[in-house]
Amino acid sequence: MWILRLNMADRTYCLEEVPESLRNLGGRGVTSSIVHAEVPPLCHPLGPNNKLVFAPGIVTGTAAPSSGRISAGAKSPLTGGIKESNAGSSWGQHLAALQVKALVVEGQPSEKGHWVAHLTWDVPAGRPRVTFEPASEYVGKDLYEVFPALYKRYGAKVAVAGCGLAGEFGYANAGIVYNDMKDGPTRYSGRGGLGSVLASRGLKFIVIDALGAPGVTIADSSRFEQGRKMLVDALREHAITKPKGGLNTYGTAILINILNEAGGLPTRNFSSGRFEGAASTAGEAIFEGNKQRLGRELYNHACSPGCIIQCSNTWHRPDGSEHVSCVEYESSWALGANCGIDSLDDIAELIRLCNAYGLDTIETGGTLGVAMEAGVIPFGDGAAAIRLVQEMGQGTPLGRLLGSGTETVGRVYGVTRVPTVKGQSMPAYEPRAVKGIGITYATSTMGADHTAGYTIAPEILGVSGKLDPLSPEGKAALSRAFQATTAFIDSTGHCLFIAFAILDIASGFEGMVEECNGVLGTSWTNDDVVRIGAEILKKERAFNEAAGIGKEKDRMPEFMKYEPLPPHNQVFDVPDVALDSVYAEF
Amino acid sequence: MRVRVRLFAMLRHYLPDVPLGSYAERDLPEGATVSDLLASLQVPEREARVVFVNGRARPPDWPLQPGDEVGIFPPIGGG
Repeated sequence: MWILRLNMADRTYCLEEVPESLRNLGGRGVTSSIVHAEVPPLCHPLGPNNKLVFAPGIVTGTAAPSSGRISAGAKSPLTGGIKESNAGSSWGQHLAALQVKALVVEGQPSEKGHWVAHLTWDVPAGRPRVTFEPASEYVGKDLYEVFPALYKRYGAKVAVAGCGLAGEFGYANAGIVYNDMKDGPTRYSGRGGLGSVLASRGLKFIVIDALGAPGVTIADSSRFEQGRKMLVDALREHAITKPKGGLNTYGTAILINILNEAGGLPTRNFSSGRFEGAASTAGEAIFEGNKQRLGRELYNHACSPGCIIQCSNTWHRPDGSEHVSCVEYESSWALGANCGIDSLDDIAELIRLCNAYGLDTIETGGTLGVAMEAGVIPFGDGAAAIRLVQEMGQGTPLGRLLGSGTETVGRVYGVTRVPTVKGQSMPAYEPRAVKGIGITYATSTMGADHTAGYTIAPEILGVSGKLDPLSPEGKAALSRAFQATTAFIDSTGHCLFIAFAILDIASGFEGMVEECNGVLGTSWTNDDVVRIGAEILKKERAFNEAAGIGKEKDRMPEFMKYEPLPPHNQVFDVPDVALDSVYAEF
Repeated sequence: MRVRVRLFAMLRHYLPDVPLGSYAERDLPEGATVSDLLASLQVPEREARVVFVNGRARPPDWPLQPGDEVGIFPPIGGG
């Protein structure tokens, strides 16, 4: 395998052997290790010294189920700390097929420009090849226009990653876009502004054609196959992940009603835990609405080849035409309940605009919520929200302000209720009503991030035990364990949603580990999972501390400590000493 | 006593005529529990992974009170 470096200062590339220290890592383990080792923690995220690293997971590109994840990592323009944001797309599988362990985008051109890096397999030389081509014709445009043009130019079988207008404008909110299964611009490493890190290197798109590439080498194929089968069985058996199960039928927005019922669905900029319009924005409403508009039941599709969970939905207009894919839980909430908007058609249009411009839906919804709080537009006004997001795509002064993210908008308008940690907008779980996830938000190296340690599983969903969400008791240890396990899963290339099955079905967990052993030739046991995850977290933590983000930043916004949240009238009452124990006790 | 109940996701077919987001009302004898409510709805206990009573998850033997609002969920997950 290779480390492939693109030097954008002179548009050259080089291939390096994978060092021993990275040999048994993948995904987040690789991106965080390289950022930790090579990026000066105090550099400007958009300056010449930052590096953007892409890494497929350990089993990405193999027949392992639901393993098409690609990690992107860099110093974040949003948080100022380390960032890893992963997405499901065939792009990561293509990169793995070229035997690239890490693609490192570094350097900065002296003159502003926009380029496509075109990666192919050089058959005679037996290694990847890169050509750089001008991309000016794709600049300043809607990604729904640009993607078909890229596929026309580079062929139907390629995979595409890149950035949209949000990246071109340098927004702290800009995500990295990847192709979906229909070659559309809907899969995202959304969080942390990585799209702007890409654009600031003069790179607009990375197109991969894996024709003739050798694919992933598997050290012990019988061990891999055995592990794969165990994991497949667990995913097919578990009620959440099985075909026509919860995720395949209702998508991730199946969570809207349960968080609302638990009083933990952040509503109108985190001023309540219940939204009266929840039911009409939930997964059940998406399923029923599509059925009514299409005249048939529609089950969800995969984000990448080989996913057997298949949770990605498509929302349709009243005339039955496709409006957008996909209405995730986070997106439906951020642009729905958090803004007081209860129309799925308005939410769908807001998501479509985020995809068109290359924006993170969570940060966009968080920002709109604070702008509504400030009185820029009223809560619940879907048409006005659509106009504001259009301004973000146009790059008007207000649009640029909104593109800088939730915390900046709160500061500019003098708002005290600003739901961020380390500069990143909170996702769709109210920490005052679900204390464990609040600990994850506060202490994660990523800023407020639910995926970093998804304690929602036992606190709300009854997966991997049942815990009282309102109690802070034992939750620091819980968050620590989830954060470490997650760092490992994010390194395997598996979708985090396998956790629902493998936390309940032990053989599935073992299957995940055995797949990795099969690919790498290692002899890891379940005990190694937390150890390896913790090592990754320690590197991330060390980077953040050197960047000036220490434990004093592991705190919730102050309003959550004094403003009781209806309906349970809870404040965030986890003591600082408990928050500090999460990393102190690794 | 009368309680208000909503079924979600895969459980919706046990109350197929109730519109999304609306409550059904159920009359139960005094002292009835979450289990008794599930039985009256013909929802098998193993299918009800989480039962909320007035916004708090409660076990099957939890005694219900008049006017309680109950939300019943099968195993679900997302993020």
